[in-house]
Amino acid sequence: MTTVPETAEAIAAIPRGGRSRVSLGFTAAAALGRFELQVCSQCEAVQYPPREACYQCLSERLVWKPQNGAGELLSRTVLHHSHDPYFGKRLPWHVGMVRLDCGPTVLAHLPAVAPKPPARVWVSARLDRAGQGVLVASETEDDVDLSNDCRLREMTSDPREANVLITDGRSAHSQAIVRALAAAGAGRIWVGMDYEGQVDQRRSASTFRAAVEAPEVLRELPQVTCLRLDVTDNGCVREAASAVASEIDILINTAQVRSLRSADLARAEMESHYFGLLNLAEHFAPAMGARAGPGQRLCPAWVNVLSLFALSCHPPWGTYSASMAAAHSFSQCLRAQLRETGARLVTVFPGPLEEGRSLGIPQSKLSPSALAGSIVDALRRGVEEVYPGEVAREWVEGVLDRRRVSDSGATVPR
Amino acid sequence: MTGTDRRGYDDVAVTTPVTIPYVRYSPRGAHWFAASALAALLEQSGLEKKALDGLGFASFTAAPDNAVAMTQHLGLTVRWLDHIPMGGVSGIVALRRALRAVQSGDATVVACIGADTNRLDSFRSIVENFSQFSRDAVYPYGAGGANASFALLTDYYMRTFGARAEDFGKLCVAQRENARQFPYALLKKPLTLDEYLTARPIAEPLRLFDCVMPCAGAEAFLVMKRQRAIELGLAHAVVLGATECHNPFPDDPVQTRGGWALDRDELFAQAGVSRDDIDLVQTYDDYPVMSVLQLEDLGFCAKGEGPEFIRSHTFTTEGSFPINTSGGQLSAGQPGAAGGFLGITEALRQVTGTVLGARVRDARTALVSGFGMMVYDRGLCSGAAILTRGT
Repeated sequence: MTTVPETAEAIAAIPRGGRSRVSLGFTAAAALGRFELQVCSQCEAVQYPPREACYQCLSERLVWKPQNGAGELLSRTVLHHSHDPYFGKRLPWHVGMVRLDCGPTVLAHLPAVAPKPPARVWVSARLDRAGQGVLVASETEDDVDLSNDCRLREMTSDPREANVLITDGRSAHSQAIVRALAAAGAGRIWVGMDYEGQVDQRRSASTFRAAVEAPEVLRELPQVTCLRLDVTDNGCVREAASAVASEIDILINTAQVRSLRSADLARAEMESHYFGLLNLAEHFAPAMGARAGPGQRLCPAWVNVLSLFALSCHPPWGTYSASMAAAHSFSQCLRAQLRETGARLVTVFPGPLEEGRSLGIPQSKLSPSALAGSIVDALRRGVEEVYPGEVAREWVEGVLDRRRVSDSGATVPR
Repeated sequence: MTGTDRRGYDDVAVTTPVTIPYVRYSPRGAHWFAASALAALLEQSGLEKKALDGLGFASFTAAPDNAVAMTQHLGLTVRWLDHIPMGGVSGIVALRRALRAVQSGDATVVACIGADTNRLDSFRSIVENFSQFSRDAVYPYGAGGANASFALLTDYYMRTFGARAEDFGKLCVAQRENARQFPYALLKKPLTLDEYLTARPIAEPLRLFDCVMPCAGAEAFLVMKRQRAIELGLAHAVVLGATECHNPFPDDPVQTRGGWALDRDELFAQAGVSRDDIDLVQTYDDYPVMSVLQLEDLGFCAKGEGPEFIRSHTFTTEGSFPINTSGGQLSAGQPGAAGGFLGITEALRQVTGTVLGARVRDARTALVSGFGMMVYDRGLCSGAAILTRGT
């Protein structure tokens, strides 16, 4: 489904350069919002750009380790010409050379109002519009959303003034997300409602575009409009998309099967989590790609709220885990498609949520507001993978630790 | 790096400087420019093709071909072959290797050729794929190419050592003056300091006339035993000393010096001459800041005194310190890897009295410097050679 960009705008949607295989670890960390550099397990040299071996002792035992990013801005330039159409459409572009306290000298994007060298700066790893890791130097340590610079802000998806669609507004978690987005200054917020059992009656109303009634807790929010949206119904998704897709900057797919009484739960889970996502991708993804050209205020983002069990099966919830794994796999396909257009796909992998189904799980559960907060934060930082809550965080740290052991050439216990 | 017991090159001659006229863009391949250079070498030397048994070749745009493919492409049978993918230092490196090959008898006549084309999109492609480090850690930062990298070095140098735009401008203006008489220079329109200072910015602090113009072209010369050159009646030079160095000073946070700073004592010791004996200097002038670094590192002034050196000298062929006497790359153009040969061919012409443009009066001895390969944040390759008129 990858298409060759035809217009100058489409060509300029993303930076076009490729990267080497050894730099994958840098981008993988940036996707999680981390700044990691290769560190030699043998002599502890920190190195950049990424290499196949330690430049000092030639050891191949290189491990990606988090860095704090503090350094000194040594020099800067303002580009008035670029060889890449992405930057060519966004000139002038500011770049600086930073000597990190941990050793290497790095090139980094700079905000237009960056301090004059020499100056203390903080470097963070971000994802550029092509989904590749890049370094950005900021004047302050807490420049989370890069909001001071319009060209750098385009790398993030700060919900401020953005139009958002939440696909399934029935759950407490979705409603918390709506409230968090409203608090973050979102523009219009559409909330999908499938109103089980009332669909036929409501469909017969004069136009589909008519808003449906908002749940009680969202009624006081003036920016919220509810619309009928059942992700398992392709026609319904198409109609919703024709009504609002062209205006959406951020789509958050929260659709989940809640009723456990279904006669065929496994099929219902697949219908909602996997085929529902396919329906949404068919009708909403093209419009999202079209909104990603130069001059946009933010990186359009598609957020799939999945489950940690998409990555690691929870046996008591076997069919649920399988459906989420399917949704995760298709998310990766959708990410590749959106990336070509400059839009971003964010996957959220929460552990057990505070809801009926999780009651039997002993671990700590994620509250609606905590999930919502982590999604807003991820959009501001422009990350691609989110592991909210203690259970998910512990899981991902375990994975990263195993990767570190394996990267360093030590034996991985089976 | 302190040994001075390296053998000299005094039984070997460098001769037959060839320049294939530069053009801004060309639909032809690098091979066409290489073939033209080879034909000119043969015509000017009077040698048959089969008399050549060595080839040193440098190009950015011959890919996927290298020196091996070039032998078949040009119908050469050689017993000594070198591919030198080293950009701005490829001329110096080709020269050093050819000198030893001929001196040792591994080859009798070596053709050293730098040839590149410049198609409409080839430069962008070179920039994007210049090195693994540049793909991972330079191109994604604005894709400004060498302009951006040297802008960062220039910005640092200016702040650290108090250089002003006027200092760099003085070099550029003098080189343009030199280029006005050189038939192959692409930029010959007189340049004033005011025009230099008010030109449009490219990558601040660099402005238009700080940046070389990429073009297509070729440069070449022959290396053979001195006796052979005399028999052939070829004007020639001998090399008194030559050095090369790669990845010097890896711990410097920003490049403010090149390998010349490590090698200069050995260079002058091997050459047996002093700086006062040098009649002209050909720096590798891809950006004026690099000329200043070379003058400092080669010992014509101390580190950081480059700006003052510029203020106290004049740099035309008639000036107190003639530099880049054919206009350098800043005015002649930068024909890819051939830009790394330009200083050698021009120095050869100056010391043998066969100039195409303005001549430095009584020039006998020249210093040529090469610099190349901005793999990541600094140019890794540097080299220099001192040539004197052969008798």
